[in-house]
Amino acid sequence: MAREKFNNFIDSAVPLQIENVDTDQIIPARFLKATDRKGFGENLFRDWRYKENENPNPDFVLNNKKFSGKILVAGKNFGSGSSREHAAWAIFDYGFRVVVSSFFADIFKNNALNNGLLPVQITQKFENEIFETIYKNSKSQFEINLVEQKFTNLETGNFEYFQINAYKKECLLNGYDDIDYLINMKAEIEKFQVIY
Amino acid sequence: MKTLFDKIWDSHVVKKIADGPSVLFIDRHFIHEVTSPQAFDGLQHRGIEVFRPDLTTATADHNVPTQNQHLPIKDEMSRLQVAKLTENCQTHGIELFGLGHEYNGIVHVIGPELGITQPGMTIVCGDSHTSTHGAFGCVAFGIGTSEVEMVLASQCIMQPKPKTMRINVEGQVNSEVEAKDIILYIISKISASGGTGYFIEFAGSAIRSLSMEGRMTVCNMSIEMGARGGLIAPDQTTFNYLKGKKFAPQEADFEEAVKKWKNMVSDENAKFDKELFFDATDIESMITFGTNPGMGIKISESVPALKSIDNQSLPSFTKALNYMNFEAGKSLSGTPVNYVFLGSCTNGRIEDLRTFANYVKGKNKAENVTAWIVPGSKQVEKQAIEEGLNKILIEAGFELRQPGCSACLAMNEDKIPTGEYCVSTSNRNFEGRQGQGAKTLLASPLTAAKVAIAGKII
Repeated sequence: MAREKFNNFIDSAVPLQIENVDTDQIIPARFLKATDRKGFGENLFRDWRYKENENPNPDFVLNNKKFSGKILVAGKNFGSGSSREHAAWAIFDYGFRVVVSSFFADIFKNNALNNGLLPVQITQKFENEIFETIYKNSKSQFEINLVEQKFTNLETGNFEYFQINAYKKECLLNGYDDIDYLINMKAEIEKFQVIY
Repeated sequence: MKTLFDKIWDSHVVKKIADGPSVLFIDRHFIHEVTSPQAFDGLQHRGIEVFRPDLTTATADHNVPTQNQHLPIKDEMSRLQVAKLTENCQTHGIELFGLGHEYNGIVHVIGPELGITQPGMTIVCGDSHTSTHGAFGCVAFGIGTSEVEMVLASQCIMQPKPKTMRINVEGQVNSEVEAKDIILYIISKISASGGTGYFIEFAGSAIRSLSMEGRMTVCNMSIEMGARGGLIAPDQTTFNYLKGKKFAPQEADFEEAVKKWKNMVSDENAKFDKELFFDATDIESMITFGTNPGMGIKISESVPALKSIDNQSLPSFTKALNYMNFEAGKSLSGTPVNYVFLGSCTNGRIEDLRTFANYVKGKNKAENVTAWIVPGSKQVEKQAIEEGLNKILIEAGFELRQPGCSACLAMNEDKIPTGEYCVSTSNRNFEGRQGQGAKTLLASPLTAAKVAIAGKII
C-alpha cells in the first residue's frame, strides 16, 4: 500500500527537553482501545498536556503557542518502554514528521520508520545547541534533508549527518512499505520454511 | 565461533537486504486484543489472508477484568476490542485462548506454560515483554503493529540485526534475593537505556541456578534496559520444565528435541560486542524510587543525592522525584504504602504466588493496604487453588483474582488512585502507568508481601 512520501522541508521545532520519554507518556494505555489507526494525535502526551480537570496544562510545551512546527526535539532515550505503535501514530497524527533526539529506543525507531515519521539521531552537543536556539527564538528554522541525511540549524548554520539504512531511506522517499516487499517475496519464504 | 543469539538469528534469515534489514522467519507469533486489530485491518485492505495461521496463537489479556470474567466486559471499548480479536481469529483460523478458556492468561505466561515456547525459536508479539520467552533460549522480542501485520502476511519481519551483549552474574545470592532483585539491580547499574541496540545473553552461576520462573522474570525485563531482547541458554532446568507440557514434543520426540536443544549454547570463544560482569553477593532486595526502571536502589540504601547526578540528567531526575514525592538523599524506609500489586508477565507465575503466600501465611494484611493478587493465567490460578495458596491468602486478608495484565498497565478497572504509592511486582514505574497520578515502586514478590503486611516500606 502506498504511503505518504517523505519530502525534505524547512520548519520551526517544538522543544521537549525531557530524557527517557516513554511511550506511556506519549500515549497512555487507556487510549489504546481503538481498533483503527485514526485520531491518536488528540491524546498525544495526554497526561502532560491536560490537568486532572481536563483543562490544558499551560506549562506543557504543546500548549505554548510560541512553539510550533513539524519537528519535535526531545531529550535522550526517546520512546522507551512499551512497543505500542500507537505512540508513532499519535506523533504523526498530531502533525510531526521528524523527531530529533540524541538517542532513540529501538522499537520506537522501527515503529516510526514504518509510519513515515523520521527519527533523526544527533549528538548530545548538537541537541543542546538546538534547544538553546529554539529557546532564544522560537521561530528558528531547521532544515531536514533526507536525501543527504543532513539536519541543519539554519540560525547557526551548524549541521550534522544522521544515519538511516539505504533500504529504509528508499521506502520513506518513495512511500514504499515493508509488507508489499514481503508479499512479493512469498515464493522465497515458502521455499525457506521447508528447508531451514 | 558464534553466540547463541547469532546461531538462532542467522538460521532464520530468509534474505539479507544490502544496507538494510534482514527478512527474518518467525517460528511463533503471539497476538492479543490491543495491538492486533489494526494489523488485521491492514490485511483486509490489501485483500490478503494470514499466511501461516497455524503459527500464531491468540489470547485476551491486556484490557480484561480480573473479577467476574463470566459476565460481559463492562467497558464498551474493551469489550469491542476483545470481540474484534475473537472475530479476527475466527475469520483467519487462528487458535484463540479467549477469556474464560482454560488456557487463557497473559501472553508471556501461557506461551511457556503450554510448551509453545521452545529453545531455538524466533518468537515475536506486539508487546515489548516478549523478551520473556528468551528464558528458554529463544530470540524473542516485541514488535509494533505494522510488524504484526508483516508476520500475519508473510510469517517474516524486516529487522536490523542487533549487537550482542553478555551479562554475567557470578556467585550465590543471599536467600532473600529473588530474580526480580537481580534484574532490578542490573538495570540500576546500566540504566534504562544501557542495553539499547543490543540483544543480551544472561549467563553466570547466579543465572544458572534460577528456576525457569526466575529466568523468565530476568529476560522479561531486558526491555527495561532498552535491549531488543534477552536470552538464557537452555539446560536441564529448561528441559525439565518443558517435559510433558501440552504443546511441547512428547515422549520419543521430546528426547530427540532435547538432543537438538543441548546445542543451543554460545560457543566457548564466541565474541560479544559487549560483556559485563556483576557480583551476585552484592545484590540485595531492590526497590525503585523514580519513574523509569533504571531508578532503583537497594532497600537498605537512600535515594541518590542531587550532587551524584550529572547536569544533563538533573532536570529529568528532579522531575521524577517531584512526581514520586521523594527527596534526594533520603531513605524510603517507613514510607506508608496503601496499594500492593502482585502479578503481571514479570511476576504473575506460580512461584511468585508461592513466595507471597509463604510470607503472609499466618499473618494479617495491614489495614491500610488494598492488595490485588492477580495470577498470570488460568493454569496458574488453578494450581494456586490446588496447592491451597488461595486459602492461605484469604486467611491473611487477601483475595486471588482472575488472570490478566491488570494493574501493570491499568487498561482495565484495576487502577491505582491518583497520588497513591503502589509497591508492584510489575515491570514499569512510568508516570501514570498504573493509573493517572499513581506512584509505582517496583519490587520483588517477597518485598510486596512484606509491604502488604507492614503497610509501609520496611
